Amino acid sequence: MSRRSLTLLKNLARNANGSGIQTRSVTYMPRPGDGAPRAVTLIPGDGIGPLVTNAVEQVMEAMHAPIFFEKYDVHGEMSRMPPEVMESIRKNKVCLKGGLKTPVGGGVSSLNVQLRKELDLFASLVNCFNLPGLPTRHENVDIVVIRENTEGEYAGLEHEVVPGVVESLKVITKFCSERIAKYAFEYAYLNNRKKVTAVHKANIMKLADGLFLESCREVAKKYPSITYNEIIVDNCCMQLVAKPEQFDVMVTPNLYGNLVANTAAGIAGGTGVMPGGNVGADHAVFEQGASAGNVGKDKIVLENKANPVALLLSSAMMLRHLQFPSFADRLETAVKKVIAEGKCRTKDLGGTSTTQEVVDAVIAKLD
Amino acid sequence: MDLTGRFHNLFISGLVSGESINVNLFQVQRSKKSPLCLFPLCVLLRLEAITMAAFLARRLIGNRSSQILGTSSSSSGAFISVARAFSSSTTPIKATLFPGDGIGPEIAESVKQVFTAADVAIDWDEHFVGTEVDPRTNSFLTWESLQSVLKHKVGLKGPMATPIGKGHRSLNLTLRKELNLYANVRPCYSLPGYKTRYDDVDLITIRENTEGEYSGLEHQVVKGVVESIKIITRKASMRVAEYAFLYAKTHGRKKVSAIHKANIMQKTDGLFLQCCDEVARKYPDIEYEKVVIDNCCMMLVKNPALFDVLVMPNLYGDIISDLCAGLVGGLGLTPSCNIGEDGIALAEAVHGSAPDIAGKNLANPTALLLSGVMMLRHLKLNKQAEQIHSAIINTIAEGKYRTADLGGTSTTTDFTKAICDHL
Repeated sequence: MSRRSLTLLKNLARNANGSGIQTRSVTYMPRPGDGAPRAVTLIPGDGIGPLVTNAVEQVMEAMHAPIFFEKYDVHGEMSRMPPEVMESIRKNKVCLKGGLKTPVGGGVSSLNVQLRKELDLFASLVNCFNLPGLPTRHENVDIVVIRENTEGEYAGLEHEVVPGVVESLKVITKFCSERIAKYAFEYAYLNNRKKVTAVHKANIMKLADGLFLESCREVAKKYPSITYNEIIVDNCCMQLVAKPEQFDVMVTPNLYGNLVANTAAGIAGGTGVMPGGNVGADHAVFEQGASAGNVGKDKIVLENKANPVALLLSSAMMLRHLQFPSFADRLETAVKKVIAEGKCRTKDLGGTSTTQEVVDAVIAKLD
Repeated sequence: MDLTGRFHNLFISGLVSGESINVNLFQVQRSKKSPLCLFPLCVLLRLEAITMAAFLARRLIGNRSSQILGTSSSSSGAFISVARAFSSSTTPIKATLFPGDGIGPEIAESVKQVFTAADVAIDWDEHFVGTEVDPRTNSFLTWESLQSVLKHKVGLKGPMATPIGKGHRSLNLTLRKELNLYANVRPCYSLPGYKTRYDDVDLITIRENTEGEYSGLEHQVVKGVVESIKIITRKASMRVAEYAFLYAKTHGRKKVSAIHKANIMQKTDGLFLQCCDEVARKYPDIEYEKVVIDNCCMMLVKNPALFDVLVMPNLYGDIISDLCAGLVGGLGLTPSCNIGEDGIALAEAVHGSAPDIAGKNLANPTALLLSGVMMLRHLKLNKQAEQIHSAIINTIAEGKYRTADLGGTSTTTDFTKAICDHL
């Protein structure tokens, strides 16, 4: 009797130490041969990219995850993605990317956008949620922003009409709007989310955003169990700052999605901790959820203070995508424990650790 | 030296407070010892007047300094501007007032009460939105209303609800196009006493109001494919950049940030940035930075104290200015002012007309009152503007009289009366 209560007490103590983060005791039944190592293309990128992808490599190594990385060197100044990289991604179907810095001002079109267009990664996903133990101004935030990734304002069609007058075309098509709406509702359905909100500016851009809204409404009819509503983008930003708990899944066209994702990431703890990725019908590229231009910040690189948490959580999403759920769970639990403890935090979360210290802490917490 | 020193002080205090200095001078002259001193003193005073007025006028005047003073201060220009400031106590300034719909008339009434209590000599020319479309303006705003604003050059606008239907332009669009209102200025600062999650916000968003993504040029290419055109011109970008830097300079702001997405939209936002760069070079003592819009959004929600003056094209401006309004407490507390060519200023309350609480004496007049204060500052009536501003801040900070949207139970009239008492 006392032996049983002792083990019970030990279990309680262990769980209490993890501050509510419990490891699941769920059994998955894999097919024979699922454990064969999978190849994943790895693009370290520029600036803090190599630091954080190195962190992921170390953690994967420590977990003995059935993954091996094919590393390729790509920099933001290149005019095109090298063809061997594209070949590799097409073969492996999964890629993990650090950041690629896009030079401001002109000449080179963004490599990130090129990658998305070539592989037709039409949905960009950012999961913004409050991490336990990380103090923020807003509580109860758990928003997923699903953003159309291929068209809209980022179509890249600009020209100078006469000197001093420039036009940029924003293209919205029914095809792309429909598929992003379908993806958003399917995501909500498969992840047990209750509400989908469409973000738009159709009172001003009546035809363009009107078409987007039409597509969302049509798809909403097929998912009667999911609540659907619409909100204008400026009101949306205001509500995000005032009452973020009212949002669940948000589906947006390209530009608004960028802003909303970064705002949501900011209120939930910063871009250093939010996972995300780009997904298409055949390929998936995982990267830091909302990247707010820190890719090129040399000071962070020099002092090794980049936050690896976002890419670690994205790689957990990648492990689930590759159907290795228990590795993903282990990684996520370890990362969340490190954050909850609060001892090892990089500068953007208010601490003083370096990237390596955080990685070591995560590896230590892996069970 | 002592006498001129005193005149100097009197003059400065008179100029800064905007009161008529004629009275002061007369009093001083009467206290004089001998009439012989009058003449050289008058000359001295005139010289003082020219130099000090020019110096101060440059600091006090907003966007009109370039028109009134030119690039180098001219004495006649200084006198005109000084005379304008002096006219407040003698001839009332005429201004157009659009009460608007819904809660508009109540809060406009509130503004009139507060302004009368503060001795602001403004003669309101009220215009209401018509009930049928005026063919000359193709909207519900009458031609007379527009002419009135063009003549008086200042106005205050309450919330207007555009009636749903076709065949006419939206009211806001009409005003913007006809009056050529090219910049929307929205100061956002945390109100002491009204606690939100952000307590250290003090920034101003200046948004280009005429072009960009809101040009309204859309068409369907083929079925299922729609194009919307975003236009950026050098002329409009230069205009708003000039205004932004001038505003920063005259209001003592240290930093101007240009918000853009030029890494993706290289030519359009690139042109906007070029114009901002050019103007920044003319103001070397104002810090200038360029921030990508997604970075800006994130920094705003994490640490809004990093920003001071923000200048941006139309769409980003819309989103960011509403985001900043959300940081300080919502649209019910945010003032806003639209600047047009030839020095036209139309201050407006940006919230909706709230038809559900119209007529029930529950509306919060703060937004319209603060916009009125912006209008007064534009008219250089800084003393009264400061008085009314402090009265509003103190009333809200006290917490005894708050309308329902701020969490209190006062009515509009109680709140207005409390402000008048605080004056």
